[in-house]
Amino acid sequence: MIVGEQKPFAEIVEMLKGFQKILVLGCGTCVTVCFAGGAKEVEILSSLIRMDRKKKGEPVEIVEKTLVRQCDPEYLQELSGSIGEYDAVLSMACGVGVNFLADTYANTVFLPALNTKFMGVTEEHGVWSERCAGCGQCILDMTGGLCPIARCSKGLFNGPCGGSVNGKCEISKDVDCVWQLIYDRLKGLNRLDKLDEIFPIKDWSASPHGGPRKIVREDLKV
Amino acid sequence: MDIIHILRALEDGADGVYVAGCLEGECHFQTGNLKAKKRVQYVKGLLRDLGIEPERVEMYNMSAAQGGRFAEVAREMVDRIKKIGPSPLRGERGE
Repeated sequence: MIVGEQKPFAEIVEMLKGFQKILVLGCGTCVTVCFAGGAKEVEILSSLIRMDRKKKGEPVEIVEKTLVRQCDPEYLQELSGSIGEYDAVLSMACGVGVNFLADTYANTVFLPALNTKFMGVTEEHGVWSERCAGCGQCILDMTGGLCPIARCSKGLFNGPCGGSVNGKCEISKDVDCVWQLIYDRLKGLNRLDKLDEIFPIKDWSASPHGGPRKIVREDLKV
Repeated sequence: MDIIHILRALEDGADGVYVAGCLEGECHFQTGNLKAKKRVQYVKGLLRDLGIEPERVEMYNMSAAQGGRFAEVAREMVDRIKKIGPSPLRGERGE
């Protein structure tokens, strides 16, 4: 899932300065699962904004709503009849949702309540970590299913480097050296020969370096 | 115990909120009181962000048999809140 984290409250307050009627808009997918921008977080953040305004004696009218997703047009259409009523929309989706709202409604101010952090997993309740960097050309068949782009601090293809100590990365003793994990895992699978294979230079044009990416499936287009 | 319950009380003008949980290790919901304790701490952080005294919320633990302790905690909390003063979120007439 896409993992997000709410921005510092002071930053949100600053963004909302001068706006009186605000839609706080949650997203029911990834950011609900990582407790950053679902219906519950919409309730909490709305309450905090109201309290902040009340304390300052500044009026605010907040409408709370959570869409199934903010990354599909059919759900954004739910706002079409009411979007013009708001001075600003504070989206609690990831950056994708904020972008798509802005793409869809030209005359509305959209503001991000979250910092979109990474594509990752729930390690345990309340702990999330990165697993995929979305490079566009997956090499996990070569590396035992563990990604050196997302999980090696240097993004090395030929690790471990000299900073790997007792299986940990030099940036922090809390960060595993993924190349140590890759080696140990391939050894356990009796597939260490995968590390001897010479593979072509990675095509980074499939990553964000190649410009904004798009997939078109003619068979699915309506 | 969801933190929104504490926030709603504060938003509606409560000068203080305390959560009374079972004694630690004796919760009917196993770890429910420990989770509530963490959530109260989280709300204290939110209040700091808002510039409101975090001491306005507190977590206490007592058993159902500790009537005396219940009254003591209530008095303690009332004294604390009286010292801090009315909530800045109360209406102009203190409503």
